[in-house]
Amino acid sequence: MKNILGREIPDYIEGYGEVKPFMGAFANYGERAKASVTLRSVKPGEKKLLASIEEALDKVGLKDGMTLSFHHHLRNGDYVLNQVMAVVAQRGYKDIHVAATGIFPIHEPLVDYMKKGIVTKISVNYISPGPVAKAISQGLLRHPAVFMSHGGRPRAIESGDLHVDVAFIAAPTADAYGNVNGVGGPAACGTLSYAVADAFFADKVVAVTDHLAPYPACPIEITQDFVDYVVQVDSIGDANGIVSGTLTVTKDPVGLRIAKMAAQLINEAGYIQNEMSFQTGAGGTSLAVAAEVRKYMQEKNVVGSFAAGGITGYIVDMLNEGLFRNLFDVQCFDLKAVASYRENPRHQAMSGSLYGNPHDKGAIVNNLDVMILGATEIDTDFNVNVVTGSDGVIMGASGGHNDTAAGSKIAIIVTSLTKGRLPVIKDRVTTVTTPGETIDVLVTERGIAINPRRKDLLEKLKDSDLPIITIEELKKISESLTGVPETIEFTDRVVAVVEYRDGTVIDVVRQAKE
Amino acid sequence: MKRLRRSLLIISGNNPKHIQDAPVFDPDVVIFDLEERVAAPDKDSARNLVREALSFLDYSQVEVMVRVNPLDTEEGQKDLDRIARVKPGALIIPKANEQVIKQAEGLLTKIEKEEGFPEGSIEIIPILETASGIENINQLISSSPRVTGLWFNGEGLMAEFGTQRTKEGAELYYVRGRVGIACRAAGIDAIDTIFSDGNDYEGLANDASAARRLGFTGKLALDGRQVDTLNTIFQ
Repeated sequence: MKNILGREIPDYIEGYGEVKPFMGAFANYGERAKASVTLRSVKPGEKKLLASIEEALDKVGLKDGMTLSFHHHLRNGDYVLNQVMAVVAQRGYKDIHVAATGIFPIHEPLVDYMKKGIVTKISVNYISPGPVAKAISQGLLRHPAVFMSHGGRPRAIESGDLHVDVAFIAAPTADAYGNVNGVGGPAACGTLSYAVADAFFADKVVAVTDHLAPYPACPIEITQDFVDYVVQVDSIGDANGIVSGTLTVTKDPVGLRIAKMAAQLINEAGYIQNEMSFQTGAGGTSLAVAAEVRKYMQEKNVVGSFAAGGITGYIVDMLNEGLFRNLFDVQCFDLKAVASYRENPRHQAMSGSLYGNPHDKGAIVNNLDVMILGATEIDTDFNVNVVTGSDGVIMGASGGHNDTAAGSKIAIIVTSLTKGRLPVIKDRVTTVTTPGETIDVLVTERGIAINPRRKDLLEKLKDSDLPIITIEELKKISESLTGVPETIEFTDRVVAVVEYRDGTVIDVVRQAKE
Repeated sequence: MKRLRRSLLIISGNNPKHIQDAPVFDPDVVIFDLEERVAAPDKDSARNLVREALSFLDYSQVEVMVRVNPLDTEEGQKDLDRIARVKPGALIIPKANEQVIKQAEGLLTKIEKEEGFPEGSIEIIPILETASGIENINQLISSSPRVTGLWFNGEGLMAEFGTQRTKEGAELYYVRGRVGIACRAAGIDAIDTIFSDGNDYEGLANDASAARRLGFTGKLALDGRQVDTLNTIFQ
C-alpha cells in the first residue's frame, strides 16, 4: 500500500506486524489509554542490591524473546548495554529485542549478537553512523529495526505498543533501594530523561550503577518505587563519551552564512521577542544559528521563556546571560550542561514523554516557537530524510526531528545545498523521517525556500532582502553544481521501519543492492 | 560605473568545494590562487580545475581573477597560457616588475588574438612585494594599460626584511601610504594585504580601516567570513 505521502509500504512486515500507514502529522490525536503495569510489590525488609548483572538476569527471569531496554545518556561512553548483553550472550539466550533510546559505535558488539541470532530485533530513536547502523543496512538483523522518535518511543511504551520486559538504567548514582540520579558519581551525565518511560512501564527495572550512595540518593530523578533491583559494577561508562559530535559554533564560512541568514529570517518573521522559545541541535551550524539569534536577542533586550532539547554549554551560557529564563533538558550534550543541570534549578529536566509524546496532555514541543534542524536530504514537498545517506545506508534516526518539527511554530532546516558533491534537494527523498507539512523553511548558502503552505511567512518576508526563491529553483541550482545523481537501487527486503511519532509508518528502509 | 573591488576573496585553486562556494559570500572579486596555496605536485591538477571552473561554473555575479605562478617559472608560463584562454577578468602576477608585466602583456595580446577575445580584455594586477618593486611603483603601474590595480603583499615584504607583520601594522604605514597615493594618482585600485587571523573580526576591521585611510580601495579576504566586514569598510 501507499501511505499519504505516496511511500510504498507493505501491509504486513514479518517481525514487525500489521502496518498502520501514516495519515498526516496531525491526523491521529484524541482519546488515549495508557497500558497497565504488572509489578512485584516489595515487602519491608527486602533487599534490592544484587552482586552482579548475572544475578540480576536470574532475578528478573530473563527468557528468550524478551525485550530489554537501555537509554543513551552516556552516548558513546556507555558501557551498560554492552555489559548486560555480554552476559545475555554468554548464557546463550536467543531472539532478544534490544529497545535502546540510542545506539553508538561503542555498541559494536551488537553486530556479533545479530549474526548469532542472540539479538534479532532493535528499536531505537537515535543511531550514530557506525557498525550497528551498517549491519542493519546490510540485513544482518533477522527482523526489521524500528526507528522511532524521541517522543514516539515513550508514546509506544505508555500505550503498550512497545512492551519492555526488563529496563536497565545506567545510573551514575543510586542508593541500595533504587533511587537514582544522573548528577553524581564518576559517570555523571546529567538528566536521565529518556529512561523515565522505561522505568514507569517496564515489568522489571534494574538500576546499574558504579556509584552507590547512602540512602536516599538525592536529588532523585527516578525514584525507588519504580526500581526492582540495583547492581553495582566497576564502571557504567566514560562521562567524556557524552561529548560526541560537534559542540561548538562552526568556523566554516558556509555554515556561518547559512546561520546568519536563518537568524535574519527568524528576526524578520517576528520570532525574536520576549517570551520566545527556541531549540537547536548540537551541530556546528545549528549552534551558529544560536549564536546569531543570541546577537538579535541582546540587541533587542529580549528575554525568552525557555530553550529546550539536548542542552550544550552554549545554550547554558545563554541561560546564564539572562537570554532565557529556563532550560528544558532531555539530555546533556557536554559536561558544562551536566554541571548546570546539577546546580541551577532553572535548568529543568524533561522526560522523553514530556518532551515530545504526541499522545500525552501536551508535550513541550507544543510550546516551542523556533526549531532549527538539519537534513540529509529534503524533497520538493519539504519531506526530510535524516535516516539514510546518499548510498541508502542507515546513518541516523529521527531523534527529536519529527517531534519538534510538528510542535514548533517555525521549523527551519539549515543545510549546505550540496553534501559530498551530491545535491541535498531531491524530487523524492530516499527515506521520509519528517513530513513536509511540518517543515516551514529551508535555508542554504545559495538561497532560502519557504514552504508554500506558509503563506503568512511568504507575505511577511516579501520585501526582505533575503534570497528567497522556490525550492524547485534551489534544486535547479544544486543540480547545476553537481548534476543529477543516479537513483539508488534497493532489494524488496525491509531492513528498518520508520515510525512517525504517532506510531504510524511513515516509510521503510529497504536493503540497498550491492 | 566603476566596478567595486572592496573584497577580494582568495581561494586555493586546488579546492573544488571552495571554488564552487566562493561566490555565495558576495565578494566583489574571487581570486583563484595557483601559487602559494597550491603545493608543487598539485600545480597541474589545480590549473585544470580552475580552467574547468571558469568554463562551466556561474561566476556572473563576481569578478574572477587568477593568481598565476611567477612568469620566470615553467608553471607560471603554463598558468598564463592555459588560464588566459578561458578569459578571467584579470591575471595576478607575482614578483612583478616592469619587464615581467611587459612580458605578460605580450603573451596576453597573442592569446586574445588567437581566441578571438577583444584586445586588452584581460587585465593585470601586479603583486607588489619587494622593496625594489615599491621603489619603482610608478614604472610598474605604467608598464601596461592592462594594469588596473596593485596588490600590496605585506607578508612578502616582511619576508624580504626577515621579519614578520604585526596585527597593528605600524611597520606597513609608510609603504601603504606610498602605494595608496601612487594608485590614487594613476586612477587604479589599491588592494591591501591579507589580515591572516580569520577569527579576529575586530582586528580585521581595524586593519582594513587603517588601509582605507591611507588610500586603499579594497583588501584581500582570507575566507568568506571576512567579506561582509570589507564590503562595509570599503564602501
